[in-house]
Amino acid sequence: MASIEVNGKSYETDEEGYLINLADWNEEVGAYLAQTEGVTMTDQHWEVINFLRDYYNEFQIAPAVRVLTKAIGKKLGPEKGNSQYLYELFPYGPAKQACKIAGLPKPTGCV
Amino acid sequence: MTTKKFMFVNRKAPYGTIYAWEALEVVLIAAAFEQDVSLAFLDDGVFQLKKGHQTKGIEVKAFEKTWGALEDYDITKLYVDGDSLKQRGLSADDLAIPVEVLSRAEIGKLMEEQDVLLSF
Amino acid sequence: MLHIINKSPYDRPALDSALNTGEGAILLIEDGVYAAAKGGAAEARIKAAQGKFKVYALLADLEARGIADRVTDGVSVVDYGGFVDLVAEHKTNQSWL
Repeated sequence: MASIEVNGKSYETDEEGYLINLADWNEEVGAYLAQTEGVTMTDQHWEVINFLRDYYNEFQIAPAVRVLTKAIGKKLGPEKGNSQYLYELFPYGPAKQACKIAGLPKPTGCV
Repeated sequence: MTTKKFMFVNRKAPYGTIYAWEALEVVLIAAAFEQDVSLAFLDDGVFQLKKGHQTKGIEVKAFEKTWGALEDYDITKLYVDGDSLKQRGLSADDLAIPVEVLSRAEIGKLMEEQDVLLSF
Repeated sequence: MLHIINKSPYDRPALDSALNTGEGAILLIEDGVYAAAKGGAAEARIKAAQGKFKVYALLADLEARGIADRVTDGVSVVDYGGFVDLVAEHKTNQSWL
């Protein structure tokens, strides 16, 4: 089993670096995971991360990109509910990259 | 992308086996690829929709919460066999989400109209 | 003998197999707990068996399936500790897999 170390504490991950235990997540771990992805976190990034975590808590799944885009548009406004905005924040794929930083499993249907 | 009509035929109770959860995952994948997805619940599959699942004691994810995401995936065609419900002492009011209750023959007809049937 | 049933009575004949084999106690677990729910076709079979068998159902599995509030009269609900007690109390047990 792979693991990462943040502030002297060790956390289990899978081979692709996704956290194994949802409950392990905190903002420091999120920031660390962002760093490994080469993403510099801003308020806009955290907004998406928090949205994803809320979505997962409510529905127990990480949404596919299309669904994420639509749901974000509904909640945070149409200027954010488009894939261009999300890809600017998370260039290697909003669902895949943002889910990793949010400490969620790799989204279903994410290939 | 070509769109095909996919129907997922759910016939297993939740939790006792992994079939029901696996079906749901494949349903979401098909919908993420913008296919024309419908779900049919027959036999013990109707138990998946029963509301009030409290799964803390068996330490697995409850289905009920995830049904709420189907709408985000534009999945609105949910068909349930009325006789299967009745035999198990259930009615549409016992279910966690709104569905269309049909006869087995009507579901059979819908199955004939599909391009792909996936059985779980 | 303790008979343990983990299959839905609507999907497999495990419950009937047990009911037709001896007497004693029946413990319903996993999908087997659907036999303990009121209103379904299995209710009559469970009621008819109650002379020969004492019937138990596992609480966590009833709760998971949303049927803990509709257990057939005469069926005793047990927790995991009760499950262990039942196994310990009986000389033999048969799981009708």
